[in-house]
This record gives sequence, C-alpha cells and structure tokens, in this order.
Amino acid sequence: MSGFLVFVAGVLFALGLGISGMTNPNKVIGFLDVSHTWDPSLALVMVGAIGAHGLLRPLVLKRPKPIFASAFQEPKNCDIPGKMLIGAGLFGIGWGISGICPGPGIVGVASGTTQAWTFLLTMTVGMAAYGAITRGSDLSAATVPSPKQNG
Amino acid sequence: MGPLMIVDFTPFSALAGGALIGLAATLVLLLLGRTAGISGIWSGLVVDRQDVDWRGAFVFGLLTGGGLLLIGLPSSFGVPEGRSLGAIALSGLLVGVGTRMASGCTSGHGVCGLSRLSGRSLAAVLTFMIVGFGAATGLGYAAGGVL
Repeated sequence: MSGFLVFVAGVLFALGLGISGMTNPNKVIGFLDVSHTWDPSLALVMVGAIGAHGLLRPLVLKRPKPIFASAFQEPKNCDIPGKMLIGAGLFGIGWGISGICPGPGIVGVASGTTQAWTFLLTMTVGMAAYGAITRGSDLSAATVPSPKQNG
Repeated sequence: MGPLMIVDFTPFSALAGGALIGLAATLVLLLLGRTAGISGIWSGLVVDRQDVDWRGAFVFGLLTGGGLLLIGLPSSFGVPEGRSLGAIALSGLLVGVGTRMASGCTSGHGVCGLSRLSGRSLAAVLTFMIVGFGAATGLGYAAGGVL
C-alpha cells in the first residue's frame, strides 16, 4: 500500500510539472532569459507549490509520525558552506543552458527525444562522478549522503 | 532598449501545476516523512542505491505521469530551441554535479526548503535562480540564444 501511494505522489508530481510548464524547456528558458522578452509564468509555479506545501505542511507535522515511517526526517542542516553555493551556481548554469532541472529531466524521457535521454544520462553521470570524487577524500566528511539531502 | 515585453504568460496553469507539485510534496511528507527533492531521490536511487523501494516507486510514478502527459498533454514537452545536443549534455553534467554539491534542486530547496523557511535553502535558491537568469540571459544576448 505504501509503495502504491508513493507511486501516486510521483504521478501527481509529474502532472504538476507538466501542467505548470516546467517540462517544457523553452518555457523555462523563456522565464530565465530576459534578453528580449519575458515569460513570468514560472514564478507563479513556485508561488503555487510553496503556497500549497507551505499551508499543508504544518498540518501534516501535527501528526506524531508519518503514515509509513517511524519519524519525520526533514533535513536539519543549517550550514551555508561555500561548497553548497558553488554547487547551486553550477546547477544554475546548467539550468540556464537547457531549461531542464532534475524533475523535468526524469519526466521528460517519456517524450522519448534524444535531448531528454541525453540530459538524464549526463545528469546521472554528473551525480555519480561527484559522488566518486568526494568519496574517501577529505571532502567526504562534509558531503551529506543522500538520505539527508534536501533533494 | 524598450520595456521588456511579457509573452506567453500562463498564470492559471502555472499556479495550478505548482499547487499540484506542492500537494505531491506534501503527500511524500505525510507518507514517508521525507522531502520530495528530486535530485536526492534520483541520485539515491541510481547512484547510491539507498532506499530503492520508495525511491523506485516515486520515480516509477514520475515516469507514469510522463506517459499520461504524453497522451493527454503532449504540448507540455519540448526540445530546447537554439541549444545543441552538446550543450544539453553539458548542462546535464552541470545539473548533476551542482545538485549533489548543493544537496538539492528546485524541488528540494525551492519547494520544500522555502516552505520550511530554511535560510540554507534560501541561499541555494537565490544562487541558482540568479545564476540561472544570468546564464540564460547571457546566452540570449551574446549568442542570440544559441549554444
């Protein structure tokens, strides 16, 4: 049952991405590129998402625990290390080039285009490479493993 | 330089789609107590191979949703114009490395982190938003939007 409901959450998330326009890289670039014209729509995507999640989240947290887990595990890390900001910058550059971020990167392969598969493949390679480079090095102590990621 | 012309503004579908994203993230929190951060879910599933059961179910849901979109709303997809396959490949690498380094992306830091009023997520979001605007706009000016 839990697997099915998590699956449903994934379906809803994908539908939200599609309806909002996030799965169309040109719409995202239309938002991020202000050189000639501007499509402000994606600002409202964030407003809608944070509005909904921001309002519902406190209600969920009133529960003693999640339905299928023993405790709530939202990230607790409050540090703002330079590494994180550099990473955010790299992500921003990539996003500005293709208009694709991780969620749409996965959902987009349903369209079957070469571009969609290419992005997902190289995004995965990038994630694996970063993990491999930091594993066992001095940085690994500062690297948060996946379960604590903000996603 | 004249005023910036607003084009293709779709406020209602943007808000509705965004609300659906927020609802889905809330469902993940309710079911599993976790944040719906896609970069962490994907890297956890295919790279670290941790908690593959729920991550697999969620990703299967994403792909199924994609299939539904393909049938019911095919215009929701697109191929980035003026961007070569090489540029897209590069952008994937940057997104992959960057989101791991930043421990999050638009859903993890943007939707979940900001909803939690996380200063850390705010710093991340401001950074990738400003840099994202800069990169896309820079390409728009310098290269005529072509890379």
